[in-house]
Amino acid sequence: MTQIIALVIGALFGGGLYLAGMTNPSKIVNFLDIAGSWDPSLIFVMGGGIPVAAIGFLMLKKREKPMIFDDIQVPSYGVIDKPLIIGSGIFGIGWGVSGLCPGPAFASVLMEPAVIIPYLIALVIGSLAYERIHR
Amino acid sequence: MTEFTPILSLSGGVLIGLSAAAAFVLFGRIIGMTGILARTLDFDFGEGSWRPFFLIGLVVTPLVLSMIAPSPHGFEPMGLVPMIIGGFLVGYGSRVGSGCTSGHGICGISRLSKRSIAATCTFMTTAVITVFVIRHVLGGAL
Repeated sequence: MTQIIALVIGALFGGGLYLAGMTNPSKIVNFLDIAGSWDPSLIFVMGGGIPVAAIGFLMLKKREKPMIFDDIQVPSYGVIDKPLIIGSGIFGIGWGVSGLCPGPAFASVLMEPAVIIPYLIALVIGSLAYERIHR
Repeated sequence: MTEFTPILSLSGGVLIGLSAAAAFVLFGRIIGMTGILARTLDFDFGEGSWRPFFLIGLVVTPLVLSMIAPSPHGFEPMGLVPMIIGGFLVGYGSRVGSGCTSGHGICGISRLSKRSIAATCTFMTTAVITVFVIRHVLGGAL
């Protein structure tokens, strides 16, 4: 049961990214290009996603535990520290350069493997570099 | 140029929100790609191996949809070099910053997490500056 639900949650996420146009890297870069060919579509993706996700979170908060798992694992650390800002800053540079973040990259890898696989290999190397340096 | 698609993007956003909401209520987990990927690569699949099953749903669904109805948005990627540079910086930065667009931008903001709001403002700013420099200072060359 857990597997089927996880599959459906992943399918909703992937289907949403596809429908929203987030799998086209140029659409992301055009969203970020406020001085040029600006495409504000991403605002609508967040505007549709955040309120719906918020309802789910409020429903979770009213419960003692989630419906399927026994505990809630939501980040609780609340300090805005240096790694958060520096890491997010670096992430943003990579996002702007490529027009891709991890979700949309996974969502388009089977459709456009020749373009996405090099990106995903570099992404995993970046993640492993973090583990080498910081752990 | 890409076409502004408010209705499609809002609809897609609602589906993404439903995915995040379902993960909250049913699993008590966030669907942050950075954490899911890092843990899966560490062979930490989670209860009932939910992480790899989530990834299978994410990877397969767009392909199936594209066979039923081609995307109206198209696919215009950057070159190989920006993809590799971008992939590395995204992979490294998202680990240092504990999240990316899904974990901070959708799940975190929906919880009104101060860290996620700060992270999202930061990566939006550096991404806008990056695109400005590439397109309007370097003339689109990278």
